[in-house]
Amino acid sequence: MPIDNEQRDTYYESIIKQGYSRRDFLKFSTYMAAFMGLESSMVGQIAESLEKTPRIPIIWEHYQECTCCSESFIRSNHPIVADIILDKISLDYTLTLMAASGHQAEAAKKAVMDKYKGEYILCVEGSIPLGDDGNYCCIAGKSAKETFLEAAAGAKAIIAWGSCASNGCVQAAKPNPTGATPIHKIVKNKPIIKVPGCPPIGEVMAGVIVHVVAFGRLPELDRLGRPKAFYGKRVHDTCYRRPYYDAGLFAETFDDQNSKNGYCLYKVGCKGPMTYNSCGNIKWNNGVSYPIQSGHGCIGCSEANFWDNGPFYERTTKIPGFAVESNADTVGKVTAGALVAGVALHAIGAKISKRKELLERSKRAKTNEKNIDF
Amino acid sequence: METRNFQRVLVWELPVRIFHWINVLCVLALTLSGFLIANPPALLSNAEATNLHSFGIVRYIHFIAAYIFFFNMILRVYWSFVGNQFASWRALWPFNKKRWGNFKHVIKNDILLMNDKKPELKNISIGHNSVAAFSYLILFIIALISVFTGFALYADTSTWFLPKMFSWVTPLLGGDFMVRNIHHIAMWGFILFVIIHVYLVFFHDWLEGRAEVSSMFGGYKFVREERIKKVKDVAEKK
Repeated sequence: MPIDNEQRDTYYESIIKQGYSRRDFLKFSTYMAAFMGLESSMVGQIAESLEKTPRIPIIWEHYQECTCCSESFIRSNHPIVADIILDKISLDYTLTLMAASGHQAEAAKKAVMDKYKGEYILCVEGSIPLGDDGNYCCIAGKSAKETFLEAAAGAKAIIAWGSCASNGCVQAAKPNPTGATPIHKIVKNKPIIKVPGCPPIGEVMAGVIVHVVAFGRLPELDRLGRPKAFYGKRVHDTCYRRPYYDAGLFAETFDDQNSKNGYCLYKVGCKGPMTYNSCGNIKWNNGVSYPIQSGHGCIGCSEANFWDNGPFYERTTKIPGFAVESNADTVGKVTAGALVAGVALHAIGAKISKRKELLERSKRAKTNEKNIDF
Repeated sequence: METRNFQRVLVWELPVRIFHWINVLCVLALTLSGFLIANPPALLSNAEATNLHSFGIVRYIHFIAAYIFFFNMILRVYWSFVGNQFASWRALWPFNKKRWGNFKHVIKNDILLMNDKKPELKNISIGHNSVAAFSYLILFIIALISVFTGFALYADTSTWFLPKMFSWVTPLLGGDFMVRNIHHIAMWGFILFVIIHVYLVFFHDWLEGRAEVSSMFGGYKFVREERIKKVKDVAEKK
């Protein structure tokens, strides 16, 4: 009789085994509820769920990326996040953090994929190059696309970490030499949660993954497939500098007095008004600060094609589809000028071409003028 | 010299004229406030943000004007089904045989400034000519683009269902960047339209002398007597 010696621990058991107290565990549950924007009454549900749910195996794939998502994640607010949810317990395969390497690692992944088919969560960090048969990114002799399709086939759900997996990010910027492609364009038949950002906020990542493991289903997503709880508002709408915007007080350059006063960075190219993210309320580095608070405009890193949408330090309107870096206002002004000139020429042309008609009309009108009966 | 007789004809009904001028004011307000929003001027003020709301007011004007523009447009669409022949949607659709002939005539005579050997009275449009109709059709499309992108940008700061109805536009275009770009470029469409429109109105008034300009105030244009059936004849026919 085969012995099931791989009875999985629940999350709670893992946490206690790691030496955390129940108090820590409850704190962690509370943090998570807060990040997810849930009511305090939900804390109990999260705790209960983590107590009862056996850990869900996670495969974390790295393709074309810089690992900033992983870095962000392991620096998430509460140590339990990095320690328990991923690092030591649940993560069955991740190039960066696992101890195994080479054939052993690949074999471990294969084992998880076979054993927990349809149960494991696939996390993808990085875009997938489709150019030149996908040769730009190969792991263990297989192309990223091949590996991804294999892992995605048995996954319960896929989490697209960061802008690379969600939108393609910098490597997909024009001219996109490697044909970097976000994962939702490759796999269509699996639920995909997009968590864009370069990187996404660690707490947001933790919130998403805890939601999936604690409630066993995806968080509520918006039309672009991002969790509403974290990507429902623009950075601009939660920015602490917003009152300066409404007042019309703007930094004109990065070294002027207005900038020192902490005025709004709209005119020096802040992309906060077009960017959906939680930077304004959750912030970074355990809530210490975020780019705008540090005096630099938002670059819109969680929006699709942010590299191709014009300069970071200017407010311009780029004409979509134009390779030339001219902004819409310049084109508009030139066109308007040309039109005015054309119109003036047209008027002169009309005066010449229609002279007969005009002359006759004028004659008739003068005849009438002479014949006015007073 | 023999002179000509003209008859006064009601071309633009009151609702059409009201629509036109409300539209003018809205486009003016939207364009000016839009430019300010896209590139706000430096404010020389020592006041604290608490005591200032200047940029908020500019945006407020933009939003109010946008709503008026939108509802005004809806009323005009309604009027194109109940108004007179010149306000009708049929007059704005240049793609049928008769209107297409007029289209070619206008291009030849008014745009390329050629002269007919034998001018025909029937070629002179009483309402808007087919090329003008076509330009209003394009303007209507630009207006729709502005409305869809504008409300899409506005939707997330609103709780009302109307702007929320347009929130699907943002994901369709891939994000706020693209929505904003298209909104901004559409505004240039209005500016270019206004240059051509105002010039051609003056052009027709000057060349034809049928009160093209004042018709948008009083509603009347002047039409050659020969083109209008005598009231007596019409009565006899009946």
